[in-house]
Amino acid sequence: MSTEGVNTSRRRFLIAATSAVGGAGVVFTAIPFVASMQPSAKAQAAGAPVEVDISKLEPGQMMTVEWRGQPVWVVRRTPDNLADLKKIPADQLRDVNSEVISQQPPYAKNETRAIKPEYLVMVGICTHLGCSPTYTKIGEGGLGADWKGGFFCPCHGSRFDMAGRVYTGVPAPTNMVIPPHKYLSDSRVLVGVDPEGAKA
Amino acid sequence: MINKMLTDLRDWVDVRFPMTETWNYHLAQYYAPKNFNAWYYFGSLALLVFVLQIVTGIFLTMNYKPDAGMAFASVEYIMRDVDWGWLIRYLHSTGASFFFITVYLHMFRGLMYGSYKKPRELLWVIGMFIYLALMAEAFMGYLLPWGQMSFWGAQVIISLFGAIPWIGDALTLWVRGDYVIADATLNRFFAFHVILVPFILAALVFVHLVALHHVGSNNPDGVEIKKNKDPVTHKPVDGIPFHPYYTVKDIVGIGVFLIIFAAVVFFLPEFGGWFLEKDNFIPADPMKTPEHIVPLWYFTPFYAILRAIPDKLLGVIAMGGAIVMLFILPWLDRSPVKSIRYKGPLFKTALVIFVISFIALGYLGTQPPTPVLTAFAQLFSFLYFAFFILMPWYSSIDECKPEPTRVNFSH
Amino acid sequence: MKTLFRTVMLLSAFFIGGQTFASGGGVHLEPAHNDLSNQGSLQNGMKLFVNYCLSCHSAEYMRFNRAGKDLGISDEQLKQNLMFTADKVGETMKVAMTKDDAKKWFGIAIPDLSVVARSRGVDWLYTYMTSFYRDDKRTWGVNNLVFKDVGMPHVMADMEGGVKDAVYKTEIGEDGKPHQVIDKLVSNCGALPKADCEKKAQEYNRNVRDLVNYLEYMGEPAKLVRYSLGVKVILFLLFFTFIAYFLKKEYWRDVH
Repeated sequence: MSTEGVNTSRRRFLIAATSAVGGAGVVFTAIPFVASMQPSAKAQAAGAPVEVDISKLEPGQMMTVEWRGQPVWVVRRTPDNLADLKKIPADQLRDVNSEVISQQPPYAKNETRAIKPEYLVMVGICTHLGCSPTYTKIGEGGLGADWKGGFFCPCHGSRFDMAGRVYTGVPAPTNMVIPPHKYLSDSRVLVGVDPEGAKA
Repeated sequence: MINKMLTDLRDWVDVRFPMTETWNYHLAQYYAPKNFNAWYYFGSLALLVFVLQIVTGIFLTMNYKPDAGMAFASVEYIMRDVDWGWLIRYLHSTGASFFFITVYLHMFRGLMYGSYKKPRELLWVIGMFIYLALMAEAFMGYLLPWGQMSFWGAQVIISLFGAIPWIGDALTLWVRGDYVIADATLNRFFAFHVILVPFILAALVFVHLVALHHVGSNNPDGVEIKKNKDPVTHKPVDGIPFHPYYTVKDIVGIGVFLIIFAAVVFFLPEFGGWFLEKDNFIPADPMKTPEHIVPLWYFTPFYAILRAIPDKLLGVIAMGGAIVMLFILPWLDRSPVKSIRYKGPLFKTALVIFVISFIALGYLGTQPPTPVLTAFAQLFSFLYFAFFILMPWYSSIDECKPEPTRVNFSH
Repeated sequence: MKTLFRTVMLLSAFFIGGQTFASGGGVHLEPAHNDLSNQGSLQNGMKLFVNYCLSCHSAEYMRFNRAGKDLGISDEQLKQNLMFTADKVGETMKVAMTKDDAKKWFGIAIPDLSVVARSRGVDWLYTYMTSFYRDDKRTWGVNNLVFKDVGMPHVMADMEGGVKDAVYKTEIGEDGKPHQVIDKLVSNCGALPKADCEKKAQEYNRNVRDLVNYLEYMGEPAKLVRYSLGVKVILFLLFFTFIAYFLKKEYWRDVH
């Protein structure tokens, strides 16, 4: 044993090189393990786009389909509903113009938050803590005379209008989510994919 | 500035927890003989494989289903539908075999250099308990893929308990939890495989290392380096601090090991049927036994001993006895020296015969028991036991060479 | 001692040969010579599998779109040409026949073929598919060299030009009595000219090779990426070990 005449800089370099390459190896090794926790091919297959037949939907009615294990609502809005959307004072809604881009695809960033104003296609999950709100029409649910119809979350009392826009003064922070969807024909909607040419 | 903060933090911890002290005791000031050869890699390699098995095992449990109706499909699900699942599964299945390879070589090292002799008897016995736990771990793990070999292998081995007089049948029923290997068996094996036995293994490995660092490492010359200390520093003259010298050396060993390991994982994960058996790609079918049931290679020496004895109870006793022999080894060897380098011709010959017998038994355990092969199995079983039973005699009359006072070392 | 040594040498010669199981029942297996890197062969194999096998045999662990992705077939092509039993590309290759029906019609539960290449091996599969022969005693009028009294009809017989005929020869068995044993199989294309028949047989063998190739892929889809990734991993480890070796050498200068 003797530590005289040690080339310290060479040792430092070799330690650094071994640590760097070894560290890179550990990171490479970690990738498969981290990636294995992503949704599997089975989960992706189960979460594949869902086709919805909306031909039997009456004005004012709502139907629910399952997409990626979540409820997706399709609501056929009446002309009154659409007119009411404009009547809600802007200061009563947190995000009147749907500025939070994560909550809807660009093609649904409009007044009615829909591709076709008549049909609202929306993920039926409250943006507060994940409960599923209740479709509450005008005069229902004891929400007062001002209630213009929309969605009421029974968990913590969040309220949304007929376009899924969140009211002020409730716990939910953002508008409800519009999923990617496209029309295959007038009566068939495919939930889970963007229309051709549209950017998500 | 940052250095000062780190030093302060270290001191703060040291007052409350023996961090630096532990580091020094086990690494920086643990003096290991400087003459370790390549055989001395396998301890740290076995530890590496253990960690690998724990990590890959945790990720496999995320997708595996311990249910007789779903287990086989869930393994295929891991192999296909889970991103990188195939790699994690192959690392685990290959790791199982490499665990035994490293442990067998580690044990053979101990056998060669007398690492079981005083004062390391307990260290050896703890190691033997690790080996036993490892066999239990591997056996129960092999049921989980729920293929034909999983099922029938478990069926045969559990039936061994039936050989125990009076309580045998009741015991097998209790172990299985059903009249055959069934869902209940799979569930309990899963519980043992993923938590109980790994926990025991981890505890035993810890105790093994504590015992090792208490008595100090043996070496290829079998010389006790603690007997020869520097009068000034009081450090063993033939010892070097484990860290950094053996840490940097073991890293090289790990690199070489991983190259071989990766070659198997990526190019030969089935290893010609030795690591993953063909019949295990057929789902378990309690109605149909495969033509030829073979345990995995690491059990076959003992399986061959079991089959060599034409009596169920005596066969089981012989198989158990083969393991007991290894446990009592420290008290069988009467040589004045530890290492094979200074032992006499009798011991050397005996060791060669033992190794040949062990490998031959391992091979015979994979073959159908024809009369000729069974006769061979009986011969090698006899030699296996003779190595141990006759050891007190031949090791005491053997002509050993004198042990040196210093270890042999050259670059 | 010398005898023992010789025995051990003999035994180790067997040992190195690997674990061999007589799954072919002693019959010589024809090597499949399939090539996983040949995408065209895999595509043809998948087409054959879906058309001929998938009506009775399932491949419950194989998803259509996974095969499509790995073999370069688009979702549209899958839907139009290959999916008869499923309507979503993410589904696995299930079969319409129930297990009870299968038992009724074939006397046994029909095995799933997802991992058949791993339990049987490609050579066995290749030999099996090319060694059906006429045997009027059997329900389906065919028997097989490697799978005696097989319960499966020769579904691809037309591609072969017709079921092969067995040529028998007489052999003295272990009991000292003469036995009729099969010497070889010969093509039988009925009225077809001999040259055409031979061409057909060759084409059939090629198709079976493609089918077996696909079965091997299906047994382990990761096989397509495993080898190339392995090369990279090993190169990286060599580099790492190389550096680590110099680190070790540098430190061990201290030790005399």
